[in-house]
Amino acid sequence: MSDDGARIGHLIQLLARLPGLGPRSARRAALHLVKKRDSLLVPLLKALEGVAETVAPCTICGNYDTINPCAICADPERQPGLLCVVAEVGDLWALERGGSFPGRYHVLGGLLSPLDGIGPEDLGLDRLTARCQSERVEEVILALPATVDGQTTAHVIAKRLGGVGTTVSTLAQGVPVGGELDYLDDGTLSTALKARRPVL
Amino acid sequence: MAVSWQDTGIVLTTRRLGEHDLLLGVLSRQHGRHAGVVKGGAGRRGRGLYQPGNQLALTWRARLEDHLGTFSAELTEARAAALFDRPGPLAGLAAACAVLAATLPERDPWPDIHDDLVRLLAALGDDNWAVAYVRWEASLLADLGFGLDLSACAVTGRTDDLAYVSPRTGRAVCREAAGPYRARLLPLPAFLLAEVPPGPGDLANGLALTAHFLAQHVLAPRPLPQPRAGLGQWLD
Repeated sequence: MSDDGARIGHLIQLLARLPGLGPRSARRAALHLVKKRDSLLVPLLKALEGVAETVAPCTICGNYDTINPCAICADPERQPGLLCVVAEVGDLWALERGGSFPGRYHVLGGLLSPLDGIGPEDLGLDRLTARCQSERVEEVILALPATVDGQTTAHVIAKRLGGVGTTVSTLAQGVPVGGELDYLDDGTLSTALKARRPVL
Repeated sequence: MAVSWQDTGIVLTTRRLGEHDLLLGVLSRQHGRHAGVVKGGAGRRGRGLYQPGNQLALTWRARLEDHLGTFSAELTEARAAALFDRPGPLAGLAAACAVLAATLPERDPWPDIHDDLVRLLAALGDDNWAVAYVRWEASLLADLGFGLDLSACAVTGRTDDLAYVSPRTGRAVCREAAGPYRARLLPLPAFLLAEVPPGPGDLANGLALTAHFLAQHVLAPRPLPQPRAGLGQWLD
């Protein structure tokens, strides 16, 4: 293989490591990039360089941004007494897309997982407790996955924050918007029934 | 020739395999603890299905008997979601699944242990979940061949006033015979002898008792799985 061929092969290998891409789709993406050199390859290269140089995790919440503290932590319009705990940055971005949360965030970077050897010290729960105390947080909203690991993590955090004097709440679980009961699994239906509320 | 079987089972462990797939560990009724890949199991539909404690109707397929094989499954009982809002029972569920994943050999049928786990999962929804959990672990020890002998005092033969267990033999010791050795014996909670409500400290003593024999006879030199080791914090 020529030197240029080896370079394209290396690019394909790197692209194949991205989530959602396998070797075949990476090959297609690489070919597309090479074909659209001016309109896609060069701008993408510049964008990647820019991100590599400037984006870093926020030292307060763990979000990724070009400034530190991040734009959310630095925003004076955000309610300082309201803190939403999420497992990953992707969850933070999902909540931000909704645009309905006026407070700040705390990214754990994972969940307690005995199988993977992730304990409370790996998630920096002491840092979260210290943050709640120093920032005088009034309510912590645990927006963690509705899985055994997610809810175990939520209970451990709630227990730890018990002595801090902060209200701890979790997201509701139940029927999603647009969901039809016939298609819901038993677990979702039972939690939805448990979390029912009066209409009148 | 391809092999396959159908069985009921309970999810013990899940681990992501690549981006979309899942490595599933179950305790099936007729085929014991068994692993297999679930294609697309890490996707949106699988996330609620493959949670520890959930009961499934399983189909396992492989090209050869020795292969890891693949699972397909349907949910029959969503045990995990029913306990999400109760920290103690949820920790009990995680502990039971972790203990079984650590203690049972693979592909060896244990129908009694499977049925006991089904009963435990149902009992975890009750207020007396911790009593059910300790009794379940005592029963697991017995099924694995390391059962406690609580029928009579190992020293005097008395069948009343049994209050301790020898940490070496697993045999009961009455209060009178314990005498100066009391500090070296394990306290025996009364609810393991009869249908009585637990007294102060009984639940912690019960967990310590079964943990000792699990660690000494079944798991050694490995430690107790982390969910089991931390279960005591949820007793209150």
